[in-house]
Amino acid sequence: MELMRRKEAWNITYTHALGETASWFYTQIRDNAKIYGRRCASTGRVLVPPRSFSDQTLQPTTEWVEVGPGGRIEAFSITYEQFQNLPEPPYAFGYVLLDGADTALGGFFKGVDLKDPRKASEKLKIGTRVITKFAENRTGDVLDFWFEPA
Amino acid sequence: MSGDRVGIIGIGQSKFTARRDDASYPDLVREAVVTAMNDAGLTFDDLQGVVYSLSPDAMVGIGNAERLGVDAVGAGNKRFLRINTGGATGISSVAAAYYHIASGACDVVLTAGADKVGECGDSQTVLNKIWDPTYERQLPLGTINMLAMSGVRYMNVYGMTEEDMALVTVKNRRQAYLNPNAHLRTLVTVEDVFASRYICWPLKLLDCCPQSSGGGAMVLASEKFIKDRKLEAVWITGLAHCSETYWLGDRMGRNPEADHADAFALGRSFQRAYKMAGITDPFKQVHVAELYAPFSNTEYHSIDAAGFAERGASVAMMREGQFELGGRLPVNPSGGTLCTNAIAVTAMIRVAEVALQVWGRAGRHQVKGARVGIASGNGGDHQFFGTMVVEA
Repeated sequence: MELMRRKEAWNITYTHALGETASWFYTQIRDNAKIYGRRCASTGRVLVPPRSFSDQTLQPTTEWVEVGPGGRIEAFSITYEQFQNLPEPPYAFGYVLLDGADTALGGFFKGVDLKDPRKASEKLKIGTRVITKFAENRTGDVLDFWFEPA
Repeated sequence: MSGDRVGIIGIGQSKFTARRDDASYPDLVREAVVTAMNDAGLTFDDLQGVVYSLSPDAMVGIGNAERLGVDAVGAGNKRFLRINTGGATGISSVAAAYYHIASGACDVVLTAGADKVGECGDSQTVLNKIWDPTYERQLPLGTINMLAMSGVRYMNVYGMTEEDMALVTVKNRRQAYLNPNAHLRTLVTVEDVFASRYICWPLKLLDCCPQSSGGGAMVLASEKFIKDRKLEAVWITGLAHCSETYWLGDRMGRNPEADHADAFALGRSFQRAYKMAGITDPFKQVHVAELYAPFSNTEYHSIDAAGFAERGASVAMMREGQFELGGRLPVNPSGGTLCTNAIAVTAMIRVAEVALQVWGRAGRHQVKGARVGIASGNGGDHQFFGTMVVEA
């Protein structure tokens, strides 16, 4: 027998509130091209991206600390496959421990030729020093900055 | 533990494929349920509760699909609970069924579910939505690049190579070839893996699990019920969960509590399950393992976390063939998650397969003489880990 199919696409819109902590963080990125973390008073850990509380102590974080713009690569990925509603490949992103931070921040890597996967993976290997770059026109978002090999 | 154990008395699973155009979502759930109920030799009147195994709704494209599935599991007028811990959902559902019985609330509980990942086709787009919309959604995060980054860190710390990763695929495909329910059953070589295209470095197509459709179901019962009815059973003697932080970037950097190279909380979860089962030396006492590993590289940190090897030592042991069917301690004799991934039930199938093994009913992929097996499931952004010990 003929087996039939029915196609459907979900298109749902959300307007997310970012909250006080992320709003302040993104304001600094937009207005001053600076990245800040939040310090946990009891452990001294500087959490980047900043969070209002520490998952280890469940206490509120108490202090803004400027971090970066230099840092080191902690993890990277280079994607070569196209996924619907995700960027056109190839692209590289991963996590960077910015100077002064205790945890790593996610962001895109740019300034590396991604055509050859193995060569590109050498350029982005763990421990590589990077510098944070900022877009000229910033909106207050993670995409306002990216990392390039220093 | 005598007289108050919880046993597995019935198992059902689909022959997994990319698509099942002959079956609606509830049809697929029912298929596994009927198989498991027939296997147990029970009627729906015997059931006192149902745990519904269903991971992110968008994968099947039906919001809260347990509403639609409730009829397919015969849950009318019975206790009913949906469980979702992402990829760990299936083992969490078995655990919830176990707790219903261990608490004394029920004597017989069914757990069941199904997935149609192959109908989605955009699973990475769905999985991108598991990330925080404030800081991380803007990045094209998905489970593939998340676990590629685990692989990158594992390579960096322990020296795993792309060839080591390929050896896992070759092994698991060879085992899936013997399992009629597995989705990807074609034999492949290391060269085939290297010839497949890069999805996300270092993962190539053949290092990645498929998008599978199919169902799974298990019937659990109290020892008293099993003995009164003179039923056959295997026993869950240890189970646990452990979770860790949402933030991937906290699993690296300066002195992380857990490293994203490893499966830290999976290790903790196994330690808890082993303690409950009285297992002190897993490499000696366990005969078979079904470890949730959707990408070739993640089988290594899962083997480490299961306590079969010092961290990183699983790589050399894999090269020696120790984890092959016929080797010292077969891992994923069914072909594992790498060959079949119907997400809502994948971790349940890990428990089901280990149960079949210690029962001596695994067919062509049977591990000879297996009496003690372990299973695991990983969910969230590598943060929720369920483990189980099953014994004959």
